[in-house]
Amino acid sequence: MKASAFAYARAASVEHALELLIAHGETAKVLSGGQSLLPAMNLRLISPELIIDIGELSELRGVVVREGVVTIGALTRHADLLRAPEIATHAPLLTKAVAHIAHPAIRNRGTIGGSLAHADPASELPACMLALGATIIARGPGGERRIPAAEFFTGIYETALAPQELLVAIELPACPQGATHFFHEFARRHGDYALAGLAAQAIVRDGRFADLRLGFFAVGDRPLLASSAGKLVDVAMTPEVLTETFAALDEELDPLEDQQATPAMRRHLAKVLLARCVSSLLDRPDLRAEARA
Amino acid sequence: MTTAVVISLVVNGERIEASVLPRLNLADFLREHLKLTGTHVGCEHGVCGACTVRIDGDIVRSCLMLAVQTHGAAVETIEGVSDNGEVADLQSAFRERNALQCGFCTPGMLMAAQDLLKQSPSPDREQIREHLSGNYCRCTGYQAIVDAVEATARARSGRSS
Repeated sequence: MKASAFAYARAASVEHALELLIAHGETAKVLSGGQSLLPAMNLRLISPELIIDIGELSELRGVVVREGVVTIGALTRHADLLRAPEIATHAPLLTKAVAHIAHPAIRNRGTIGGSLAHADPASELPACMLALGATIIARGPGGERRIPAAEFFTGIYETALAPQELLVAIELPACPQGATHFFHEFARRHGDYALAGLAAQAIVRDGRFADLRLGFFAVGDRPLLASSAGKLVDVAMTPEVLTETFAALDEELDPLEDQQATPAMRRHLAKVLLARCVSSLLDRPDLRAEARA
Repeated sequence: MTTAVVISLVVNGERIEASVLPRLNLADFLREHLKLTGTHVGCEHGVCGACTVRIDGDIVRSCLMLAVQTHGAAVETIEGVSDNGEVADLQSAFRERNALQCGFCTPGMLMAAQDLLKQSPSPDREQIREHLSGNYCRCTGYQAIVDAVEATARARSGRSS
């Protein structure tokens, strides 16, 4: 199908984009890479009256690392993140995750700001933002607002952004010394939407987790920073500890039913992901198959 | 503002000026306004890959880009890369290996395969599959396509198959 008719404005600056949003925010959509917005418009799931194209705002593009903080401009494309040496060094979880986002032709257009503002519960980057403790930076009529990732995602395609606000950047603490990462997702075809996925950052000392942050995706209406991860920190890992954590994780999950998977299947896959994550990060192959028990 | 927007871009090396409605996507602009019908339109929501073209050297889905967004860009289509001979060997390999049957997916496959071979001169079969994972083919079962891309990679780097 084709998108319905809309008006088009090419923003010449962030200020110009904000002026347009203040005037038309309720009926407008911001066009960044367009890799989620245009399919939704072609399928007539949404029909905005005005498209505000921010694609030429080069000041919103790029990665800067300064004093332990990685700042990623909203218009930075997935393909740019995949190739950026600063990301590989200071946010290696993102390098792993981005390789799973759709296909090369999509990664050449899709942007991090677009992905976060779209807030698809099955997408990779929102869960990474939770695991990495990111801050989302938005600008609006009242100036700049800094929103912790944990408060940003509020439901399916819903975020804390107001209609008059523009997501301009993301800040991440640079990867702590000694941190290790795990990223995996189950999908029907490489690059398809995940049936269930996990993005994790850990600090392991003497065979135990000193810190563990688990960002699950596609297991609810928004990404989940699992508090059950706390059960795995500062304990000697045994199959019993893992089984207890599965039960705690199960309490936290609220998976959706769709054409791809049932809630029960998603609950099972979340456990498989957790077992693989723990097994991989602690180098304990014996724990890998625990979820089957 | 729902009125037409004037754009200026380069398509296959030729400067194009046009006046387009905002809702017109790039694939339809290429096919209907420029009569470049080698770019195919399958799903119109970014899943099938039949509409793959190059913008400023990067492959993209032309159904997921508005024509107005290509203002100032350089667009290359299957017509451009076949007329200048850039993919001639890849096209021959597709023919020789029966890597196409109905041919609907082939322009997109060639654009995606050429993109891989430019970035990675000797990919293994898994890398080829991954790079083509966003391009559907309903005829071949993909094995012959992977064969053709692998054979082209070998031939280009001077290795025998």
